[in-house]
Amino acid sequence: METNKKSTTILADFVPFLVTFKKSWYLSIIVLSIIILFGFYAFIVQLVDGHIVTGMRDNVVWGVYIINFIFFLGLSYAGALISCIFHLGRVSWGKPLIRMLEIMAVASLIVGPIYIILCIGRVDRLFNLFIHARIQSPITWDVIAIFTDMVFCIAYLYMTHIKDFSKLRDWEDERIKPWRRKLYTVLSIGYQDTPQQKKQLNSALDIMAAIIIPTSIIAYSLLAWLFGMNLRPGWHSSILAPYFVLTAVYSGVCLLIIVMWVYRKSRYLKNYITNQHFNYLGFVMVMFALFYGYFTFSDYITEWYNSVKVNTSLLDKLFSFEGYAWMFIISIVTAAILPLIVIAVPRFRSINSITITAFFVLIGLWFRRYLLIVPPLETPYIPIQNSNLEWVNYSATWVEWTLTAAGIAFIILVYMLMSKLAPIIPISEIEERSKKIRVFYKGTKE
Amino acid sequence: MNSKEKDKSRRNFLRKGFAIGAGTIAGMGALSTFAGNEEKKSGEKVKLLTADGKLVEVDKTDIDCKTADCLPTHGKAARKGIPGRKFVMVIDLSKCANARKCIDACQHGHDLLPSQEWIPVHLMKNNSISDPYWFPKPCYHCDNPPCVKVCPVGATFKRTDNAVLIDSDRCIGCKFCISACPYSARRFNWENRDSYSDNDSDYSPETSLPGQHGVASKCDFCPDRSREGKLPYCAKSCPMGAIYFGDSNEDAITNGEETLRLRETLETKAGYRFMENLGTDPNVYYLPPVDRMFPYKRGLKNLSEEQLKAYENILSKTDK
Repeated sequence: METNKKSTTILADFVPFLVTFKKSWYLSIIVLSIIILFGFYAFIVQLVDGHIVTGMRDNVVWGVYIINFIFFLGLSYAGALISCIFHLGRVSWGKPLIRMLEIMAVASLIVGPIYIILCIGRVDRLFNLFIHARIQSPITWDVIAIFTDMVFCIAYLYMTHIKDFSKLRDWEDERIKPWRRKLYTVLSIGYQDTPQQKKQLNSALDIMAAIIIPTSIIAYSLLAWLFGMNLRPGWHSSILAPYFVLTAVYSGVCLLIIVMWVYRKSRYLKNYITNQHFNYLGFVMVMFALFYGYFTFSDYITEWYNSVKVNTSLLDKLFSFEGYAWMFIISIVTAAILPLIVIAVPRFRSINSITITAFFVLIGLWFRRYLLIVPPLETPYIPIQNSNLEWVNYSATWVEWTLTAAGIAFIILVYMLMSKLAPIIPISEIEERSKKIRVFYKGTKE
Repeated sequence: MNSKEKDKSRRNFLRKGFAIGAGTIAGMGALSTFAGNEEKKSGEKVKLLTADGKLVEVDKTDIDCKTADCLPTHGKAARKGIPGRKFVMVIDLSKCANARKCIDACQHGHDLLPSQEWIPVHLMKNNSISDPYWFPKPCYHCDNPPCVKVCPVGATFKRTDNAVLIDSDRCIGCKFCISACPYSARRFNWENRDSYSDNDSDYSPETSLPGQHGVASKCDFCPDRSREGKLPYCAKSCPMGAIYFGDSNEDAITNGEETLRLRETLETKAGYRFMENLGTDPNVYYLPPVDRMFPYKRGLKNLSEEQLKAYENILSKTDK
């Protein structure tokens, strides 16, 4: 009975947020839609004129599109991974964050593959990936992995919503309009919170979470092997897959901090997203910063030490100020050093400083992906000898930047819409004391 | 217009009956007899027996093979390769003087843009002491091709006649093959062009014509020209005769002027394959740039300022 009372108060906190729409909300929706429409325009320009409108050329065949693809899929896998770890490990402080992470997982999983479509020369033949699929190709592995992950993540996102939908359906409040109530009725698929239903849904959630954790790690490793299978300096390395997974989870933590900061602006959520969250995640960030520094160092030290020519010429590009040294320094200083300073010194440690750090880390990790993709493509075994500089060095064009902005706008848009559909905090996860998973506590025989 | 179309208009002979002798001559058994003289009337007459028993005399250049074997194949058949053939190329680096005729002929024959060089000529320098040398680099048509491995749709494939070809009708343009090729042999059709056409019934992976936008392209070893008993554009057009093309089953290679034994040439002249250690097993061999016919600087003479800039990475290390 007491839990029921508590639940009513939590939902009472959220309903006003769900049903009121401010002018600023509409305005942001319009601005984001315009950015996305502008992205569509850029896409049409690319379709009509061909890929010549991008900065990609015969040497650097992959550019900002693939970088965004890696970046957004990394966020997606990280969101799925962290939320499932929170759920499965029954991490009580992490529960309010599960939905934010799940939305991150699904929104960026929709955006990521779009960049692959943009990068493909013949969008009209995309179906060839299915009718002529060759299992030997890492792209086919990736297609399978992304589709699998997409099914799991969308299913999991929906399943975590079911209890909240049923609560909203039963909620007595005249501000919830009839069409909305109807929508909740449909979406809650007859969930009545009977003990039987509860048990089924809970175990289904546990199973899904247990499946998604390895799936996301495998899927992101497969993405790394898209590059690792190529005979290129900087790519053909065994550390690539673990490195990818690490940077992915790292970037996911950073985006989570930023999302938390944004939602914390709303007064309904101050009680649920506390200083403690920022504190915990700040330390998680430190841990990842250390790992990131370690992985980066061990990746380059092995390539540098033996001075194989093609590796050396790649490192020369990364370390020269005519090449990528500035970007390299940014990617190291922001992602490997900045969190250590901000978190280690108590005076610097605040919600705002942690969020700003997370933002810079996110940018640093994007640059990290840039350095992973573009310089190796500019460093083939046979050094490029081309009179046209445009064909030697890559620089992205307005088409690519516009579509990047459109992708970011889409993710923000999804967050805005989803947080109006259901509370951004999973109410049922918080109010129910979830049962411990038996196998964890009684699994081992004496 | 390309020279293939010109050739077509001259195919006016042997419509009625099929000559007994034509098959054997045009059957590419002797590549050297044909190479280098198909543009003009040679004046050399060949006696042929027609199907109805008449003996006729025709100009050698008028003989065009009309059997199915001589026409480029389409669709599934194009993935198989010409039976009994194993094409190889041998490039004699001591003869290359960067005349760029191979590039021009290839671009003309395959309807390529100036930016698309299927056989770029690199300037190489092995170490600080040895002299730079010119290094034409076609597709190596590897026996273990990394590009074929990574293609998600099987648009690029290895044939029994050693050629690695691209089916432009199937290619989705993911560019994975371009990044997978360790030799940077592949190009991409970035632009939409008027001469490009999708799903053209004349299209064959052997001719790579007409091109299509948004797909990968590369040197195709000109198997369509081999079918007609001609050398690839590059080998035919090289004024120095640096590019030899042939068949390893026949153990013969030719540059149009001289025909050599493949095995013997590679054995005695220290033939090598570029970056053998990658395990790709190329079918293009190089003869080392020893006893050179020209100093490498001769290859710089005809280049524009722009083109010279491309070789800056080597030229900056050598005294000009």
